[in-house]
Amino acid sequence: MAKLASFAILVASLAVLAAGCGGSSGSSAESTSTSGASCDKGDLNLVKPGTLTVGTDNPAFPPWFGGDEKAPWKVSDPRSGRGFESAVAYAVATNLGFAHEEVSWIVVPFNTSFAPGKKKFDLDINEISFTPARAKTVDFSSSYYNVNQAIVGLKGQPIAKATSTADLKPYKLGAQLGTTSYDYIVNNIKPSKKPAVFDTNDAAVQSLKNKQIDGLVVDLPTAFYVTAAQVPNSSIIGQFPTVGTPEHFGMVLAKGNSLTKCVNQALSELKAGGALSAIQQKWLAKAAGAPVLK
Amino acid sequence: MIAVASTIVVFVALALLVTNAPGWPEVKRTFFDWEQFKASMPEIARAFLLNVKMFCIAEVFILVFALVLAVLRSLPGPVFFPLRALAIVYADFFRGVPTILVIAVLGFGAPALQLKSVPLSTTFWGIVALVLVYTAYVSEVYRAGIESVHPSQEAAARSLGLSRGQALRFVVLPQAVRRVVPPLLNDFIGLQKDTALVGFLGSVEAFKQSQIDAAATFNYTSYLAAAVLFVALTIPLARLTDWLIARDRRRRQTARVA
Repeated sequence: MAKLASFAILVASLAVLAAGCGGSSGSSAESTSTSGASCDKGDLNLVKPGTLTVGTDNPAFPPWFGGDEKAPWKVSDPRSGRGFESAVAYAVATNLGFAHEEVSWIVVPFNTSFAPGKKKFDLDINEISFTPARAKTVDFSSSYYNVNQAIVGLKGQPIAKATSTADLKPYKLGAQLGTTSYDYIVNNIKPSKKPAVFDTNDAAVQSLKNKQIDGLVVDLPTAFYVTAAQVPNSSIIGQFPTVGTPEHFGMVLAKGNSLTKCVNQALSELKAGGALSAIQQKWLAKAAGAPVLK
Repeated sequence: MIAVASTIVVFVALALLVTNAPGWPEVKRTFFDWEQFKASMPEIARAFLLNVKMFCIAEVFILVFALVLAVLRSLPGPVFFPLRALAIVYADFFRGVPTILVIAVLGFGAPALQLKSVPLSTTFWGIVALVLVYTAYVSEVYRAGIESVHPSQEAAARSLGLSRGQALRFVVLPQAVRRVVPPLLNDFIGLQKDTALVGFLGSVEAFKQSQIDAAATFNYTSYLAAAVLFVALTIPLARLTDWLIARDRRRRQTARVA
């Protein structure tokens, strides 16, 4: 008898749970359809009303982010407005009508930027390359930077003499997880040794210092930071020619977010007015000059 | 009857709850995408061979080293105090430190010494780290087995003229090891899964390969493919151990009858 009674309670409680879920699905569908009719600041679909919540990974590395490190941020501070991505984020925010203090930054590790479910950020700006497969899961803003891949090696090592992509084949190469640098290695360099893939920039850099890998493939602006600040006695062996469609970075937003349209509008205005290229000139000027590998 | 009905109702209710959740289509697409599963499986399976290689090599060393450590710890008398103390410190330390830290310190730290004789291979250092950590766990399992054999057995063996070493070898250890086969398997399964941590050093094993696929497509289904491979290896192993234990019990029972 006691068994039957507890069984009945279980069924009843599950029914209540199911009903609760059904109810919430209706209300969430409503809220997405009504918000974001225009790009006025008041109409934007935001995680926290009145605030633009921007995500990026911590540590925030130059040249993408600048300024002195300030808790909770390491290496640099996205709130400084210094560094390319910080400057772009604030330019977009200003265009959408947000004051500097109405922009709030949160830590979003790359792996969580594409997790299904409600996002904690309005937009995530973290050197994320657009690909059609990724765009099935999240919204990408239009391009804010067209990127080239480059390879970094230690000076005086055999790999430093490479002048073409084919010269790189015999070496042990590495890349960071989630970067298109890895795809570039696998699809275009096709090295004879299996490439190493690192969870973090630090692990990749340590491995290069240790000579556990001969070359590290990263995007070109990051390559300048690695050689200048992270690995003494390293140099950019070269940047890779573009294969197929040029690769670009886009901001990540929740799939189907009405905010995407407004961010794209802001970006196209920044491009048309020359503001975006001015920001790029200011923070990534150095990243133009590296020999192109054949 | 009630148990069956109750089980069915609970599972149907749970299934309905999950599949009717507002986010289910999105979860289904990002975690249970059959096309993605098929596409990522071959490469993950190839990467899984590295996991198999790592845990097979590591397990051999672990079983030997852990037994030595457990025997050292069970040595009696004040003469052996330093050895006992060392064994205790070792077990405490390596059970307490997170495995990923041991892997990172050895895998990045040892090659950073830039000594000619130190190997650079991340797989090598990954295996060394796993052996160090799991030896600590497994030695405790052995020790539990050794201590479960009643002291009167050793006393009886000694009274028959066996030396201390012989008593340990022929009387205590056979019984001790037999009793701890299930927990040994438990640690072996733990070891299998922890080979995924070696991916931190850059080695592309099954989990790292699935991370690469997930990051490239923003779809988590490839994790599921890696999970399937790990489970596919664990389940037969668990059944095999069950069978070994059952066979062992049967043999001892028939021996007693005869």
